[in-house]
Amino acid sequence: MSNPNDIIPGLLNIILGLAFLMMMAALLTWVERRLLGFLQDRPGPNRAGPSGSLQVVADGIKLLFKQDWIPPFADPGVFVLAPAIAMVTVMLAIAVIPATPAIGIIGNLNVGLLFFLAMSGLGVYSVVLAGWSSNNKFSLLGGVRAAAQMVSYEVFMGLSLVGVVMLSGSFNLTDIVHSQRHLWYVVPQFIGFVIFFMGGIAETHRLPFDLPEGESELGAGFHTEYSGMKFGMFFVGEYIGIMLVSAMTTVLFLGGWYGPFLPPFMWFGIKTGLLVAFFILLRAALPRPRYDQFMAFGWKLLLPLTLINILVTGALMLAGPVPS
Amino acid sequence: MLSSVRTLWYTFLHLFQRNVTVPYPEQMPYLAPRTRGRIILSRDPDGEERCVSCYLCAVACPVDCISLQKTEDEGRWYPEFFRINFSRCIFCGFCEEACPTYAIQLTPDFEMSEYIRQNLVYEKEDLLISGTGKYPDYSFYRVAGLAIPGKDKGEAEGERKPIDIRSLMP
Repeated sequence: MSNPNDIIPGLLNIILGLAFLMMMAALLTWVERRLLGFLQDRPGPNRAGPSGSLQVVADGIKLLFKQDWIPPFADPGVFVLAPAIAMVTVMLAIAVIPATPAIGIIGNLNVGLLFFLAMSGLGVYSVVLAGWSSNNKFSLLGGVRAAAQMVSYEVFMGLSLVGVVMLSGSFNLTDIVHSQRHLWYVVPQFIGFVIFFMGGIAETHRLPFDLPEGESELGAGFHTEYSGMKFGMFFVGEYIGIMLVSAMTTVLFLGGWYGPFLPPFMWFGIKTGLLVAFFILLRAALPRPRYDQFMAFGWKLLLPLTLINILVTGALMLAGPVPS
Repeated sequence: MLSSVRTLWYTFLHLFQRNVTVPYPEQMPYLAPRTRGRIILSRDPDGEERCVSCYLCAVACPVDCISLQKTEDEGRWYPEFFRINFSRCIFCGFCEEACPTYAIQLTPDFEMSEYIRQNLVYEKEDLLISGTGKYPDYSFYRVAGLAIPGKDKGEAEGERKPIDIRSLMP
């Protein structure tokens, strides 16, 4: 990148990538509501534009023209910072994902996996700061819950990836995909796959693990006091988070861009899209667990399982049947 | 855990089921003939107003949305004005049950939205329809013993001649 001739294409790549990402996130809000509707035997938003596809525009205009309100009892600086963190961290994390060897912002980063984990770790700050700076009991409770949930689920989300790293011998996401040319890691690392996906749901605090914003008990949780585009940023951040976790699962376990007949980027898109649809199906189908059940499930079941998974993977690699 | 997977599968199957939603303005729902909707005032088969302004509908109305004033014209009673405030009406149908002449009736039409609340107050001209409504053959003055021009006492359908109380004949 030191060559000035490389800077312009690099910047273009970043800007186009971000624009594409924002568009997909906006579109996803409509796709989710529509799919959720079909899953519940109703049509969903179908008024604005052809079968409702301009709903996104209507929502965007509505959010942008809402009063940009900072409550007088809130801490204004932190209050404004929190939604920005929510968006920035997921966008930075998605930058390391290689859609194909050629498409991606920094897909070849040699610590891509660690970078992703670090960024999703930083994402906790957004909810904690949002809940705390709102100076409101519901928000604070939501923020505390979000912090506990994200910090604890991050532990075994990271640990569940150790198996993949052991098998591929690399933190580089492109290399990890390359090493899945013959066998997707979802087969040898099935437990890791399931646990990583669960951790991903908890990390994006989507249903059924959306305890930080449990409407029935906390109002809206950490973003109770947010409105207008600041709420919109949390919203978009959440949807980019869904895409991030789906894309990450695709890269780590489902063989990334590998697949027969179709061009690589289409395979990547199809796999990611199906995972996103699965996210929505989860939202439609499952109820929210109680908070203590949720934490017990994490620490007492998932954590030992990941540790066993690592031990067994390591043992098999040493014994020989799985090639290292 | 297994039940969660089962739930996921059954929810997924709902993707292939028909929507239960009726897209209302495009597809009108079927309304039974006796649906209690917009109130009308009907006419008798001769084209005269059926309402005899007996005030029974106004008395029966639980929300007091009906207001009218009686006037008289050669033995026939008419409402001078007849006003229903549909912003109050709860479409209970008590007025229809109370009406002795089948004048006031509820119809299966409910699309009465207005931007100005005052426009929901319907006057007699708005309420009166040209037809007979649900009872095509009924005419109050033909069966009632009231004397009106063209029909004296005792000339109504199935009515006997009045007894001459000054006569000794049986």
